[in-house]
Amino acid sequence: MSDLRELYQEVILDHAKKPRNFHTMPDSAHAADGHNPLCGDRLRVFVRVENGVIEDVSFTGSGCAISTASASMMTEALNGKSLADAQAIFESFHNLLTTGNHADKDEELLGKLAVFGGVREFPVRVKCATLAWHTLQAALQGSAAPVKTE
Amino acid sequence: MAVTTVKSTRGQGSPTPLAPAFSPDDIRGDFPILQLTAHGRRLAYLDNAATSQKPQAVIAAITRFYNSQNANIHRGVYQLSMEATATYEAARERVRQFINATDSREIVFVRGATEAINLVATSWGGANVRSGDEIILSTLEHHSNIVPWQMLAKRAGAVLRVIPINDVGELCLDEYEKLLNPRTRLVAITHVSNALGTINPVQRMVRLAHAAGALTLVDGAQSVPHLPIDVRAIDCDFFVFSGHKICGPTGIGVLYAREPILQAMPPYQGGGDMIETVTFDQTTYAPAPQKFEAGTPNISGALGLAAALDYITGIGLDRIGGYEQQLLLYAQEKLTRVKGLKIVGTAAEKAAVISFVLAYAHPHDVGTILDGQGVAIRTGHHCCQPVMDRYGIPATARASLAFYNTREDVDQLVLGLEKVKEVFG
Repeated sequence: MSDLRELYQEVILDHAKKPRNFHTMPDSAHAADGHNPLCGDRLRVFVRVENGVIEDVSFTGSGCAISTASASMMTEALNGKSLADAQAIFESFHNLLTTGNHADKDEELLGKLAVFGGVREFPVRVKCATLAWHTLQAALQGSAAPVKTE
Repeated sequence: MAVTTVKSTRGQGSPTPLAPAFSPDDIRGDFPILQLTAHGRRLAYLDNAATSQKPQAVIAAITRFYNSQNANIHRGVYQLSMEATATYEAARERVRQFINATDSREIVFVRGATEAINLVATSWGGANVRSGDEIILSTLEHHSNIVPWQMLAKRAGAVLRVIPINDVGELCLDEYEKLLNPRTRLVAITHVSNALGTINPVQRMVRLAHAAGALTLVDGAQSVPHLPIDVRAIDCDFFVFSGHKICGPTGIGVLYAREPILQAMPPYQGGGDMIETVTFDQTTYAPAPQKFEAGTPNISGALGLAAALDYITGIGLDRIGGYEQQLLLYAQEKLTRVKGLKIVGTAAEKAAVISFVLAYAHPHDVGTILDGQGVAIRTGHHCCQPVMDRYGIPATARASLAFYNTREDVDQLVLGLEKVKEVFG
């Protein structure tokens, strides 16, 4: 049970029930679709970038608690960040979910995102947590093909 | 275990009094895996529509083969090979009996229901389906009974027609009748829906198809473990199933086809064992079923499947079906009382499959929390995306019961759902 509590922390449940930045962005330069066929999660991530800085990021779609909360918290974490910082945060986030190895710099970069550390104990759920992030990368790279995490 | 075989008809109330009442407690000890724990709890295995657990008798049959019977079959002139051949062919005869086919030559061993359907689509379909021809499927089909026909339709220029379902998950038979026409070459339908549990009236559907001049394929992957099967009574032209869903090993399955149809079909794969004579100019093929069994087959799988069919017959599918229906009613009643839970698929004729959604939690989260409670269920689209689309949902949680499941398993599921509510409610 302690593992489950680690997975479904209050912050995660809160974001899953009340996702932030949950809307379309008609004037966004970049958008991409993400799909996790394993559980049927479907997300669309919108992002507006100016002078190498993420000016706004939002998402729509439906998914499990982990993928929804991860998308929601990603939008909060990345708003106003430079593309280089966003990439560094994603790398730290990925390390947190997969290896568990993280240095002090990661902790600093991750901030609130550290609550996803519990996902590591549930390998099949890692894809839920990274779906929004991979989708954002596809949006930034202007990839037309939907992202699939399976 | 004392067993009396009694003929009784499903759907006509309780089994005849001659049959001793079935209790899962008598047979749970036969399944080593059911003695395990999951996350420190008793394992409630409720994912039987995905695969069934194996009794010791099946495991022993496979072990015995590799310990004392292993040799390649056919053509060996030494004792071990002749014995292995006889055992393999006896397994074919066992399957014939189990589904009441006319002749064991109508039984082709394949990897599973999926390969059986691909074999029919490639071999029979390639030879018989032409541009403008139509194949009728249903909304309830597993992807394995959709994709091979789509591939065939693309190759041949044929058209797929789909029988819709109503809100409770039953096929709309009046729509089906309207779809049948002189261009219909084949009707390929599932006997029991893996996603919803609906039992389709295949006998009637086959009769209608034949009246329209079409052949029929019945996907028995989900019906064979729960209902007595008589392919001659159903009167279908093809019947397919997988061994692993009926307590047999993985990697073995069955294609049944009426003999004249099977003999007329071109080979599926080329290789050893399926030929009569080979020169570089020309090859002549062995008659069916060998024509469709190129290469060394899954011998231990066939023996394991035969052992599984012996085991199931020993208990009796009538008793199994009767018990599962009781357990299904118990589970549905208990689950209906869980607040915010909606059962998807409530057909009048239903096998022991319960798909459900919770108002406050995604199926995937439900599955993870239940796993922590020792409850194994499946979550997702169950390889039935058209069914999910019909209900406008991305996924369901699915509990599928077997005869070795108990009320305790169901209670553990319901308790686990309380935990879900605690976290998400």
